[in-house]
Amino acid sequence: MSPETKVTGKAPRSLFDKVWDAHQVRAETAETPGLLYIDLHLVHEVTSPQAFSVLAERGLRVRRPDRTLATIDHATPTLDFAAGDAPPYATAAARNQVETLQSNTAKHGITLHGWGSGHRGVVHVIGPELGATQPGMTIVCGDSHTATHGAFGALAFGIGTTEVGHVLASQCLLQRKPKSMRITVDGETAPGISAKDIILTIIAEIGVDGGTGCVIEYAGSAIEALDMEGRMTVCNMSIEAGARAGMIAPDETTVAWLEGREQVPAGPDWDAAIKRWTALRSDDGAPFDHDVMIDAATIRPMVTWGTAPDTGIAVNAPIPQPRSPSHRKALAYMGLEAGMPVAGTPVDQVFIGSCTNSRITDLREAAAIMSGRRVANGIRALVVPGSVAVRAQAEAEGLDRIFTDAGAEWRQPGCSMCIAMNGDRGEPGQLVVSTSNRNFEGRQGPGVRTVLASPATAAAAAIAGHVIDPAELMEPAHA
Amino acid sequence: MPDQTDNIRQIDSRTFVIDQEDIDTDQIIPARFLTTTSRDGLGKLAFHDWRYDGDGNPLEAVSLNSLDTAECRVLVAGRNFGCGSSREHAPWALHDFGFRAVISSEFADIFRSNSARNGLLPIMAPEAAHNWLLANPGVAIKIDLASQHVDLGNGPGFDFAIEPFAKHCLMEGTDPLGFLLGHADDIDAYEAANA
Repeated sequence: MSPETKVTGKAPRSLFDKVWDAHQVRAETAETPGLLYIDLHLVHEVTSPQAFSVLAERGLRVRRPDRTLATIDHATPTLDFAAGDAPPYATAAARNQVETLQSNTAKHGITLHGWGSGHRGVVHVIGPELGATQPGMTIVCGDSHTATHGAFGALAFGIGTTEVGHVLASQCLLQRKPKSMRITVDGETAPGISAKDIILTIIAEIGVDGGTGCVIEYAGSAIEALDMEGRMTVCNMSIEAGARAGMIAPDETTVAWLEGREQVPAGPDWDAAIKRWTALRSDDGAPFDHDVMIDAATIRPMVTWGTAPDTGIAVNAPIPQPRSPSHRKALAYMGLEAGMPVAGTPVDQVFIGSCTNSRITDLREAAAIMSGRRVANGIRALVVPGSVAVRAQAEAEGLDRIFTDAGAEWRQPGCSMCIAMNGDRGEPGQLVVSTSNRNFEGRQGPGVRTVLASPATAAAAAIAGHVIDPAELMEPAHA
Repeated sequence: MPDQTDNIRQIDSRTFVIDQEDIDTDQIIPARFLTTTSRDGLGKLAFHDWRYDGDGNPLEAVSLNSLDTAECRVLVAGRNFGCGSSREHAPWALHDFGFRAVISSEFADIFRSNSARNGLLPIMAPEAAHNWLLANPGVAIKIDLASQHVDLGNGPGFDFAIEPFAKHCLMEGTDPLGFLLGHADDIDAYEAANA
């Protein structure tokens, strides 16, 4: 008997199909999209004020404040300030935006992890950290990196502000079912290769629009071998290949990571949850609209040479000859030359942080390189933990001392230089090696050139003063 | 009397062409301007870093700065327009700038759905028509939403797809949030069954 006939006799379904089907309030028709129920709505200061304004104009309440969770991260300063002092906002507009969220969440009874909360931080770091993110859930946020939460087997995707209003008022979204894509990364990665190298390889392979219209499921032995932080890094960047969402089937690693977190079930409910969660996987023979295979053994430490996230290449590999006017424009903007490797390029700043790479394992990876070494002269290195809790954990492990002894700045949590809207940014013309997710022109400040890389590669660039294969610094500085 | 420029059921306009692929939302409106709590008045920030120098002075050589948007309400751009972030500020800025439609051969998902909700028609053109539009900047075209057809005059006119409910909302002025709230009973039932 085949597994399909044994289990249900129904057509085999993917992980995505299962989560999608379980949240259909009303099926789509030729004329109208379906209603998809949203289990968890994450809210931050930048994409929510206009949505709350619509509620106010129409006299609507938030349907499920208990399924809504807010934090402040994008516009918030990462500089230290004394208790009792006002946070050192970069602009009055930034302060106003945070205060608007404080007032909106208070009015509607929504939990806000704001100043003073032990769980304030980047929205895609704190959801999992609190155990608010759970397998099988539907999760949305007015933020394209919401796909991060798919690492837990949730269907999680970014929405616009109009849709933020829809979810606040109805806990539902009008949706037609996206297509599906499976990306299988099989085999063993070389020592020192991180999740960031895997996802930059995937995006380079399928292109910046390779996943458009799709929900991706990441599968294969190299994905299963990743810890949860690594899986979050992979799913986080699904949008950089154009995909709505990325998902990974929950397994023992997922369950172990979630156990004991604040918002996960306890006692007999926990046992029931494990049973439910670990059953969430694609059936044998489940159909996918697209199937992509990647050989893990071929993956090298990756850096980007251009101004789109699909321009990743191995750090020592030659930059390809431009294939389009866009490529020529990107090379000119970056000041790089086809035929030369990115390795050796002088660096001005290094940023370690963002919803892609600001979790404890990312900081450990960077600290292992920086330990006992000094940031090169004239280089500014910023290390920005993803949350208050990540910062505390890093300090308990002494990582902060490693960073500050090396001459890097150890900051308060936030999105910081990933999106450069809180005052943390580069100067025109500067080259920044960044563990964030986007290397668009001006993303880290007008005229700033961004090279995307893993925490190890970014840390190595800070030490060397130029882009370098982190393997060259992976031996400890002193025994 | 309704403002004629806000009627996107029929658009007669010249095109403005930006022949560049993968134009991301950070180009359409840079992130540092997202600290606003309003959706109004963002047109002056559209393509800001292409249009202004480091001191905020408009660059005369940039044709976007001298564009007559009363005549030119259709933006034609390279493949994969609107990639990057989910910021609805991108279509807000383009609409406030004066555009009522964007034609490309491909759009990023979130940008496409945000645009259709904000009076900015995202129109996916077949490759031949897209290439013709890129090669013929400033041509007069006619977009008819009801028949889902774009007339390119001497060029290869084409039919375009649009999600039926988005079209209905644009044609009839139906409010999607009202539609959602009209299904409160279904949502109640779902919550009761999944409590």
